[in-house]
Amino acid sequence: MTETSHHRATILASIRLSLGTPQTADQIAAEYATIKRTYRRYGTMNHDELVDFFEDRLREYDAGVYRAELNAIASTISAILTKRGKHGLVMPSGIPKSWLPQAFDFEQIDDEDAYRIDRSEGVMTGCTVAIAETGSIVLQNAPGQGPRILSLVPDYHLCVVRAGQIVSQVPEAFDRLAGSSSLPTTFVSGPSATADIEMTRIKGVHGPRFLDVLIVNDATA
Amino acid sequence: MSELEVHATEWHTRDFPTAAKDLLQDSQTRKNVQHATNVIQGKRNTVVAELPDWEDLREAGSQVRAHALRHLDYYLTQFEENCTRAGGHVHWASDAAEANRIILGLVQKHQATEVIKIKTMTSEEVGLNAHLEANGIRPIETDLAELIIQMGKDRPSHFVAPALHVNRQQVRAMFQREMNLPDLGDEPEDLATAARNYLREKFLRIKVAISGGNFLIADSGGICITESEGNGRMCLTLPDVLISIVGIEKVIPSYRDLEIFLQTLPRSATGERMNPYNSTWCGVHPGDGPQEFHVVLLDNGRSPILADKEASQTLKCIRCAACLNACPVYHQTGGHAYESVYAGPIGAILTPQLQSMKEGRSLPYASSLCGACYEVCPVKINIPEVLIHLRGKVVREDQATLGGKLSLWNIGMQAAAFLFKDSGRLAMAEHMGQIGQKVLVSKNGFIEWMPLMLSGWTQTRDLKAMPAQSFRDWWAKEKSPNASANLRAEGRSND
Repeated sequence: MTETSHHRATILASIRLSLGTPQTADQIAAEYATIKRTYRRYGTMNHDELVDFFEDRLREYDAGVYRAELNAIASTISAILTKRGKHGLVMPSGIPKSWLPQAFDFEQIDDEDAYRIDRSEGVMTGCTVAIAETGSIVLQNAPGQGPRILSLVPDYHLCVVRAGQIVSQVPEAFDRLAGSSSLPTTFVSGPSATADIEMTRIKGVHGPRFLDVLIVNDATA
Repeated sequence: MSELEVHATEWHTRDFPTAAKDLLQDSQTRKNVQHATNVIQGKRNTVVAELPDWEDLREAGSQVRAHALRHLDYYLTQFEENCTRAGGHVHWASDAAEANRIILGLVQKHQATEVIKIKTMTSEEVGLNAHLEANGIRPIETDLAELIIQMGKDRPSHFVAPALHVNRQQVRAMFQREMNLPDLGDEPEDLATAARNYLREKFLRIKVAISGGNFLIADSGGICITESEGNGRMCLTLPDVLISIVGIEKVIPSYRDLEIFLQTLPRSATGERMNPYNSTWCGVHPGDGPQEFHVVLLDNGRSPILADKEASQTLKCIRCAACLNACPVYHQTGGHAYESVYAGPIGAILTPQLQSMKEGRSLPYASSLCGACYEVCPVKINIPEVLIHLRGKVVREDQATLGGKLSLWNIGMQAAAFLFKDSGRLAMAEHMGQIGQKVLVSKNGFIEWMPLMLSGWTQTRDLKAMPAQSFRDWWAKEKSPNASANLRAEGRSND
């Protein structure tokens, strides 16, 4: 018996000794199903209110928030980058060409070259889902979002959120994530921050210090 | 490779009253702790009040955690199976020595001389840093507060904000010295930027990272880590090898259960609607993050706690530290007085149990039982109930020894129990007290000094002398069924 399997057996036996007779998987599943989940799953806002609510929450985190119609994504991104003084961004594969304004340099990165990403001026990604109540965007390893390193190492992150991706509550977001729970997933709520010094929320430690969110109106277009 | 044994940071060297007395003299630390806890408390109350379903979330969270603990072996093996299928390696460690042995072995296998670390209380619990250092490996803490603790050769005093007892001037002085930045300012932004620059190069270069974990997710085989700064994401993403050490009690049945805890944990811990970053991942994902992943499941005294019906709820804890921020005792003493990795009300019940009641025996008494901790707990751990239960345990264990049986406390308490059990005896004791107190009562009608173990009471307050007539005498005379007869006999009326 190896050392580890010896410890495994010891721990499981000790747990069993404390808990008494085990139950079957079916009994455990039945007990799990009885857990009272009386908390809110869905919000009551209409679509426009929801988008406004999301914007407010993002602004409280000191993120920049912009809006664009479907046919004006590239021009809005151009305006945002000009305002930020950026010349170009890195991005994952899967970003639609129609989003990219001329006169800026967009470099697609498909590997995890940390030093190269570190030298970039920033990154642009999409997202999987966004949560209005908490001002969160959820990124996964998927086309248009890329590996986790990409949205982490640069100092600036521009995230494009389609209005249809915004949900009201945290549980509603988990409904949408149910099929992809095994993917590397990051919930981002505002720029990186710390409250470790005298409990003051200070923007910007290791993650991107600057976050802009572009909300694209894709409803009934 | 060889392995040196070291002793972890010496905790439990003094009991709570002794340590607290010292810390109460440190007015700077008290000021820092009170400022910080008041700020978090205020923010927490605001964002909790926002949610109309807060109580529903607490109840659901409590039920999920209790359910997972009732079937802990089932969910742990389910986690193991799913994590392994996703390319992770699962290790089991019954105690601190085994956890340290496994982790050191993995670090040495990769010939790493430095490792980057995300804040983990479990690592603190097993004394991992000291063990790595003794074996020539330099652990680098990347959480800002943990970095402050590490540079100051200090100890954490709070498990969400470990350096909450240190103020910005103290941090500046330390960074100036350790990072060689003589001109560093003391604005929090300056200090955060200094930490960013200092650690960036290490994140990019160092190949092995060590983390804890907020939740083990049984049905996906994944782990969830919540954080603010992004240092966690750096450690979870950039290195080649990731080792996570997690207590066995941290398992939840389903990914879906995070929909509860990702609402209650940030609001309770830092008073935010959501902390900046939450990460979940399963094993190894090609082309994204470390391609070698290990989980060390740590027991270290947890499994026997499950057998105690009253106290096993302690293990539901999700380490938000809301009970610390709410506790009037913690407010006064700060975390160091607990002489334990886990401070505050939850530390007062968790520490002695993890140590099989061999250490931290004074901790269940470090509470006024006001109940504020229970009220704020996002998973409804009835901490006052467990505190009383553990006090009972301490007393019964003491009584089982000869020294304990003959101690003044035990004799006094037994005598009190004897008197209180019978009304006649109590009346007699009251009469004796009225006579006996005469030597102690000052001219102003107060007792300013009492002997022996009663002296604690009069150390900071005066005790009013017993009245000439006790309540019971008065009742018997004025209000009892026989009273009217007595009064008539005295020629008075009762109406």
